[in-house]
This record gives sequence, structure tokens and C-alpha cells, in this order.
Amino acid sequence: MKLPDAEKLCNELAAQMRLGTSTETALVGIHTGGVWLAQRLHAALGLKQPLGEIDVSFYRDDYARIGLHAQVKPSTIPFDVEGRHIVIVDDVLYTGRTIRAALNELFDYGRPAQVDLAVLVNRGGRELPISARFCAHTLQLDPGKNLQLERDEKNVLSLRLIDA
Amino acid sequence: MRNLQLNQHGELRHLLTIEGLPRDILTAILDMATPFTEVAEREVKKLPLLRGKSVFNLFFEPSTRTRTTFEIAAKRLSADVINLNIGASSQAKGETLLDTVDNLAAMHADMFVVRHAQSGAAHFIARHLAATNRPDLHVINAGDGRHAHPTQGLLDMYTIRHYKKDFTNLRVAIIGDILHSRVARSQIHALTTLGVPEVRVIGPKTLLPAQVGKLGVRVFHDMRAGLKDVDVVMMLRLQNERMQGALLPSAQEFFKCYGLTPSVLECAKADAIVLHPGPMNRGVEIDSAVADGAHAVILPQVTFGIAVRMAVMSIVAGN
Repeated sequence: MKLPDAEKLCNELAAQMRLGTSTETALVGIHTGGVWLAQRLHAALGLKQPLGEIDVSFYRDDYARIGLHAQVKPSTIPFDVEGRHIVIVDDVLYTGRTIRAALNELFDYGRPAQVDLAVLVNRGGRELPISARFCAHTLQLDPGKNLQLERDEKNVLSLRLIDA
Repeated sequence: MRNLQLNQHGELRHLLTIEGLPRDILTAILDMATPFTEVAEREVKKLPLLRGKSVFNLFFEPSTRTRTTFEIAAKRLSADVINLNIGASSQAKGETLLDTVDNLAAMHADMFVVRHAQSGAAHFIARHLAATNRPDLHVINAGDGRHAHPTQGLLDMYTIRHYKKDFTNLRVAIIGDILHSRVARSQIHALTTLGVPEVRVIGPKTLLPAQVGKLGVRVFHDMRAGLKDVDVVMMLRLQNERMQGALLPSAQEFFKCYGLTPSVLECAKADAIVLHPGPMNRGVEIDSAVADGAHAVILPQVTFGIAVRMAVMSIVAGN
């Protein structure tokens, strides 16, 4: 199947977000693809607050079954969460479990005024009541497939479909 | 026999000793500790990893710092922590170690953090759990006799890596009462496994184990010679309470020959760091001017120790 161009989707997502954010809005990217995307959006939107990054490994609901992922990156939230409009950014929205974990982690830093979700692709298959306010592309994928964002050495983003 | 510390997939199930653990497991623990350091700066200093788990601190020997940092680590992982000061309870009534363990297992314990004056106590418990088929119960050795204190060794390695970045170009000296020190044994195994090319031990003959050279270290009896050009100085506590027989003339005499003073520290590299596992005997093994000086990283060790213990607990509990 032909996948859409991630660079074009990124521009499309930034255009959507211009209407729903202010320069005081803060972005939080989810490692790793969400952080790449958030870096682009942060620059495109000219936001004042520094970019936040989170790794949700410590909040995943499958720890008891599979243990810890080998590589966990530190989470950094370099702005005050209290009372702020925050947009969580991820590359692909699937079951919603990662977003649930990200919300739990975010609230351990304070009480935001509003939290939205921005994703490059919504691939269906939700297992939790979570939806994205900003979404550049929607498609239905078989559960046997994984959609991933990749970044080459020239920082060009692309989507890749692999077997789960 | 398979390493008792590893499960059938070669993953860490218990942490009993650093000896015999492969480098990639040690490195994975150190890597995992980094994201845990950030939790202390949050409004809510808690992660949900061990939520609903019961961690029993079994301390058969007095300890304040190690027990407290294990307790903080477990609580920051949302575990329920039960502290048992066993010297004062069951053992005094004559209950055996394994009866204590079986009783706590019947209370649905998930993890034991064990400190014991007998070398091999944590292994003994882990073997008993294996023999009675309780693979979901985890044991962490918090110090057994003269044998091992693996989380202390790991937090020292984390501290060294934090300041020196790389192990493979370092010269490290461990100073003092090596003979009675489980900390020194864990440090030596960790340093050599992580690829430190030169590990030295410095101390009087009476406080060095007879076969210490077999551990792959260079032995020095003179402070200035031993400290020459080292990058890392690892002090040990002079274990007064464990000193049997006349191994030393006096604490004052020890300080004169093996105390770390600003003057002898000048033999080390200009950017050398000084570690101490605590509690310090100021004026016995370390001069206050060094303990409070610019080279000391003794308080950061304590802070890193919590993150390292959080990493160890969440790795073993997930395997």
C-alpha cells in the first residue's frame, strides 16, 4: 500500500494547529517519533515555551507482563504545567494506551488547563476512549501491521509499514 | 549451574552480587538509572511501576542510609514498604532465617531487600525460593557480611560514569579496610567488568585480604605512591565495629598513614573525584577538608543511589 508523505502531513498538521493554539501553548512529544514531530511543529508554530519530551515506559500498562523496555530516555518538562494549554504530540495513534500513559505522567507534573492530542496518522484500532483533536491523516490498518515514523540523516521524516 | 540471579532468558531476577554478571547487564542498570534521576524534580515524586507490590526490607544488621534509600526508592515506585528490624524481633525469639522468609512469603511479599551479617545470606534466601518454586519473589542483596553490597557498587559506578563519562581510560584507587569490606569487593568486580584498565587497592597489610591480587588489582601500601595520577579515589569506612584483634595500633595512627588529606590528594590527578560510601569517620579515614572539598562527590552518590536502586528494583520486578 502507498503511504502518504510524512513531510507533507507534518505541514498539514502545523496548519491545523495554528488555528487551535496560541504562542503560550506548550508541546510535549512522546519518544521517539513524537519528539521528532514536536520539534518540527514547535519551530513551525513559533511557540515561546521550550519543548517538553516524555518517555512513557514507566507508565505503561504492560510492565507487569513484559517488564521494562531496555532503553528509557529521561522525561523533561521544562515549563510549568499548572494551568497551561498543552498539546501531546505523537506520530501514530493506535490503541490509545500510550496516550493514556502520557496523560498520567503529565499530571504528575501539575494540573494543566487543557490537554489536546496531535498525531500525524490515526490508524484506527482504539482500545481506549481517546481521540486526537489535530490529525493529518486517517487510515485503517490491519492489527498485524505497525506504522512507524522514521528520520534519515538529513532529518527528513517518512512513514514505514512493518509486520508487528 | 545457571547463575541464580538470572531467569531462563538471562535476565536479572535477583541482584545478589556483581561478581559474574555480564557487562551488558551492569550497563543496562546504569542506563536505566538516568531516567529515574529526573523523578525527584517533579511535583509528584512517584512512578506507578511497583504499585500494589509489597517490598520487605529485611535488615538483620543495623543500617540507616542503605535502608532509608531502599525505602525511598521503593516508595517512589509506589510499592508498599514494610521495614523489619529482625535483630530485635523474631531472631531474638529463635526463629530461623528461612522460617522468617516463609512467613513473609505467606503474607504475599513480592520483594525482599536483605541486609545480613553473614556472607551468603541473600543467596541462601534466593536458593530457598528457587527450591520452593517461588519465581515471582525477588531478592536484592543490601549487604551480606564481607561478601557483597552490589547496589552500593552500582551507585559508585553510576557516580563515576556521571563525572568521568567513560570507564576504559580510568585509574581508580580503593583505599582503606579492604579486608572487612563488602563494598570494596563489589566495587572491584564492577570496575573490572566495566573495563577499567587499572584498579588499585591501598591499605596496610593487615587490612588487605591475603589473595587480593587475584582479583586483578594492583596493591599499594603507601598512600602517595598509590594515589599517583589516579582519576577516582574510593574511600572505605574503617569498620571499627568489625575490627577484631589488633589489626591497627589506633585510629589516629591509621589516619597518619592512610587518611585522605588535602596534601596526599595532590598526588592524584587535578580533576580527581573522591567517593565515600558513608557513614564517614572524619579524622580517621578522611579529613574534613577533603570530605567537604571540591573533589568530593559524596552527597551526589547518595542522590544517585536512590535512582540506581529504583532501576534495580524495577528491572528485577519486571523479569
